[in-house]
Amino acid sequence: MMTLTPQNKLGALLFGLISLNLLLLGRAGEMNTASVGAKENRIEIKDFAFNPQAITVKSGQKITWINHDEEPHTVVSVGKKFQKSSALDTDQEFSITAGAPGTYEYFCSVHPKMTGTIAVEK
Amino acid sequence: MNNHNHIRYDHEHDGIDRRGFLECMAWAGTGLLWTVSGGVLVSKTLAQIANVGTPLPATDLSFLQISDSHIGFSKEANKDVTETFKIALDRINAMPTPPSFLIHTGDITQLSKPEEFDTFDHVLKSCRVKDVFYVPGEHDVLNDGGKLYRDRYLKSVEAKGSGWYSFNKNGVHFVGLVNVLDLQAGGLGQLGDEQLEWLEADVKELGADTPIVVFAHIPLWAVYPKWGWGTSDSERALGFLKRFGSVTVLNGHIHQVLQKVEGKVTFHTAMSTAFPQPAPGTAPSPGPMKVPAEKLRSLLGLTSVQYKQGTKALAVVDSNLS
Repeated sequence: MMTLTPQNKLGALLFGLISLNLLLLGRAGEMNTASVGAKENRIEIKDFAFNPQAITVKSGQKITWINHDEEPHTVVSVGKKFQKSSALDTDQEFSITAGAPGTYEYFCSVHPKMTGTIAVEK
Repeated sequence: MNNHNHIRYDHEHDGIDRRGFLECMAWAGTGLLWTVSGGVLVSKTLAQIANVGTPLPATDLSFLQISDSHIGFSKEANKDVTETFKIALDRINAMPTPPSFLIHTGDITQLSKPEEFDTFDHVLKSCRVKDVFYVPGEHDVLNDGGKLYRDRYLKSVEAKGSGWYSFNKNGVHFVGLVNVLDLQAGGLGQLGDEQLEWLEADVKELGADTPIVVFAHIPLWAVYPKWGWGTSDSERALGFLKRFGSVTVLNGHIHQVLQKVEGKVTFHTAMSTAFPQPAPGTAPSPGPMKVPAEKLRSLLGLTSVQYKQGTKALAVVDSNLS
């Protein structure tokens, strides 16, 4: 099973700070992903599509969606295998931590033609 | 259009004149009066009616469709959707004969936020037409399955299930359907079994000569399924309406006027009061369409529908806000 860690305001702030820190470290040529835990996988939402549409991650890694459209979108697990996002407005993000290995399908409940797949490996 | 002040096609023998129909359709976005009566289809632009000072035909019932106000949207396609909504209401208030009621075909708000609904309700107070019937758009049910929407907008009707209902006015039977909830991955708009069973029972006892008006947010015909512009089980709904002599289907969602006539069923989608969307397949996605500021109001608008008792005629008029 996947466990969800939705971004609350504090979490978002911390995440932002960590991201900023990462960026700075990266520029200094000292980026060390281990120092901030698991690698982050980003799924961009643009033109009513999840990109990449299919993603493979390791259990325990973080997955983050960011909405670049002017239209709100959601991330909803088929079969309710992980908690759904609220409606993401432009530039809003939503994150989960990948749980048990397996294949997880999801879609946007506002525009159900938008679908995606997460493969979680051990 | 100057040479076509009055387009009249006699369809008693051969159905709708397709060439003429398409010609009229090209003008639908700039304001057009449609009258479908006894197989005769007549159209006039609103400008023509205004120019000669001829009022719209006296009717027993007129109502107005308003759609996709998206209160809360503030992006480039229209940074002040509240203002354009106000302008639409001003147009209603300026009508020589006020419509009996309004139908709002969904997407009242952009993000289902209470403050967006508040703004809508506050602005709507300026409208002199007080009776408004609603169906939800997907933007109105984003986070709570439509509870807030239902608490606010279904007070004057006997709604069932997730908010569908029917009512009668002047011999016309109106049905408001919900096709934006419990959508399935990869699918389209959806009515669902419970609502379809209700619809079948709802129209069962009506005479076949009862004019039917069905309204719902997402089109009840396959406008462009690739963009989700259709309803997966709409055929079942239309099956229950097959025996009726006059069925008018009013939808929103796609922010542009499209019309299709199929047998005795007229499908019609309305403009938004907020922002236009691209014609099917003409853009990478159906997101808000950015147009030059001076062009925006010509792509926003509302729809007037009129019914004259005894004729089964429903005239559908689209007018823009420019």
